[in-house]
Amino acid sequence: MIFEGLSEKLQQTLRKLRSKGRLTEKDVDEVLREVRIALLEADVNFKVVRQFVQSVKEKAIGQDVLGSLTPGQQVVKIVHSELTSLMGGTQAKIAMAPKPPTVVMLVGLQGAGKTTACAKLARSLKAQGHSPLMVAADVYRAAAIDQLKVLGDAVEVPVFSMGADQNPVDIAKAAVAHAVSRGRDIVLVDTAGRLHIDDDLMTELEEIKSAVNPNEILLAADAMTGQDAVNVAKAFADRLGVTGVILTKLDGDARGGAALSIRSVTGCPIKFASVGEKLDALEPFHPERMASRILGMGDVLTLIEKAEAVIDREKARKMEEKLRRAEFTLDDFMDQLAQMRQMGPIDQILSMMPGLGNVKALKGLSVDEKQLSRIEAIVNSMTKEERLRPEVINGSRRRRIAAGSGTSVQEVNSLLKQFAQTRKLLKQFKDTGKGRVKRGRGIRLPFM
Amino acid sequence: MDRKISFLDRLKQGLRKTREGFVGRLETLLKGKKTIDSDLLDELEELLIEADLGVGVVIELIDNLKERVSQEGMTEPEDVKEVLKQELLSLVGDETVPLRANRDALTVIMVVGVNGTGKTTTVGKLAAMLQSSGSKVLIAAADTFRAAAIEQLEIWGRRSGAEVIRQQQGSDPAAVVYDAAAAAKSRGVDYLLIDTAGRLHTKVNLMEELKKIRRVVGREVEGAPHEVLLVIDATTGQNGITQARLFKEAVDVTGIVLTKLDGTAKGGIAVSIGKELAIPVKLIGVGEAVEDLREFDPRLYVEALFSS
Repeated sequence: MIFEGLSEKLQQTLRKLRSKGRLTEKDVDEVLREVRIALLEADVNFKVVRQFVQSVKEKAIGQDVLGSLTPGQQVVKIVHSELTSLMGGTQAKIAMAPKPPTVVMLVGLQGAGKTTACAKLARSLKAQGHSPLMVAADVYRAAAIDQLKVLGDAVEVPVFSMGADQNPVDIAKAAVAHAVSRGRDIVLVDTAGRLHIDDDLMTELEEIKSAVNPNEILLAADAMTGQDAVNVAKAFADRLGVTGVILTKLDGDARGGAALSIRSVTGCPIKFASVGEKLDALEPFHPERMASRILGMGDVLTLIEKAEAVIDREKARKMEEKLRRAEFTLDDFMDQLAQMRQMGPIDQILSMMPGLGNVKALKGLSVDEKQLSRIEAIVNSMTKEERLRPEVINGSRRRRIAAGSGTSVQEVNSLLKQFAQTRKLLKQFKDTGKGRVKRGRGIRLPFM
Repeated sequence: MDRKISFLDRLKQGLRKTREGFVGRLETLLKGKKTIDSDLLDELEELLIEADLGVGVVIELIDNLKERVSQEGMTEPEDVKEVLKQELLSLVGDETVPLRANRDALTVIMVVGVNGTGKTTTVGKLAAMLQSSGSKVLIAAADTFRAAAIEQLEIWGRRSGAEVIRQQQGSDPAAVVYDAAAAAKSRGVDYLLIDTAGRLHTKVNLMEELKKIRRVVGREVEGAPHEVLLVIDATTGQNGITQARLFKEAVDVTGIVLTKLDGTAKGGIAVSIGKELAIPVKLIGVGEAVEDLREFDPRLYVEALFSS
């Protein structure tokens, strides 16, 4: 990674300013040079960067930094909040028609991920109690209709198609009529991907629009897009009047400056973020997290939210009690493990931690999911007594556990050893009285 | 010679938008300026950044430019264009790097990349290109993950006359490649093209799967894969460098295919990749038609960017 994160870099620039109580224009300029480079590295369009830097400059000059030991953080804070506010609030809602069906058109460049986004959206709407219908209106790309059908089967949402020989405008019209007759309340029209300079296809989109009068026109935009993102977004916004954006492929390590570019050019909200290949990987878009990501500051909020979503509070309270009394057993350990795994693949969790966002750091830390399964197998092969009181596990028990879990005695040994260490650590906490382990999250798990 | 001209035209046409934007503004910029001052250099810097060359590369380019301006005592803004052209050329390399071919034996080409860059389309076009030049081509449908990727490839197979070796969706891609390698050998084809599933370079397990495909084909065919092409979308931003680096680490990429150059995107990321990782651009896609996949000629590329 060329860029290790804005905050560290700014700290360097600002170390010499420590003694100052107030940032002068010259200081701010120097800092903003770094901000500018950071934003450009993140693929924010240079014109957007220019405007942005200007507005931050006005806000930052004369800021009182006396209270803060780290003026760098102060500026990062201004930059971060400015970015967040520019990207608008969280608006993960589809504008519904007063009288169903609601019609949503998905548009975007080739390869942006329209068809996949369409299926993900259908799945999420279905989960909210709607009955969506997907429409295969991409008659150009080879096998696009098949792709939507396969995805339709996977998310159990019907797909309306008339083959590749029909006019997309007719298909869209017929689909809406079909939806009315079948009582489907949302129609998702998957249109053909296009290069926005292609006038014919753009015209076709306009025709579909005027034929079915959509409530939403969602632009699927690839988070990895560079400076061209503004041209793309502008072309679609000008010709069609886009109402929202789905940012795709956010599960990669692109900083996603395109989000800011698109937002500032079109002015329309980024509604959803697509974060994985699985069909449930569609999330509401969170501006403050995106701001952190663009600045290379990690995504702690998503991590915390994920943790909160899966950790059972009652269990956590009990766990805390146990930890205080140093009664942590292998059973508790299994509970912890299960909760960790519910949060998603470990590498994804790690990638959200600040400073671990870049791949180099991740490589050393990537936890083998298979290893976790082995640990589970080992613990599952123990008797109840063994799990409560691991000290009874002698040599012959170890051999039995290893055989039962399909692992080796060495693996059983190393797990027991790590577990013993964890316990010891917890006991120390308890003895020193510093052991305030909150919600069972602060423990060092043996596999980490 | 005729072919060369028509190709230049084709490329020019593909890059028309690029040229209008980039060079149009460059011309205005140069004509509007009487002398080479820091404003001019700042604006040049922004032009290059807009082409997705990446801020690091651009700063270096501009520094070189400054140095040459003062060393060579340039006073005419017009000369700056020529210097810039040379500098760009020194980054992309000044010779066409052709696809490697294994003469009198099977050549295996593996096509990799992140999702949605146009891998399957590139494989289809490449098959058509090779078939029409008289070679026999077999395609391995090793994208067993994406819905309907196999069907998409079969349509391309019918268009180009190349046979497609497939299994059903969800099967092990390495197994498909194993079968395809056996079929390629027994049928005595000239080329085996392997279409792989799009994958983000950050997914460790998927990159492992790619390594396995490479290992399997390497075991079945001597010296294979002879070419590993990374497909990069011309609209890609700075993440393209990380993509290239990680794919190179995993499967030793030997060339870049720069697709979708027919939009307004400039594909400047390929310049940065060439500079950072020394992977040459071998093919470019300048349109949606079969014949729009072409060998990359750096001189024509830079020329087409600059000629009006």
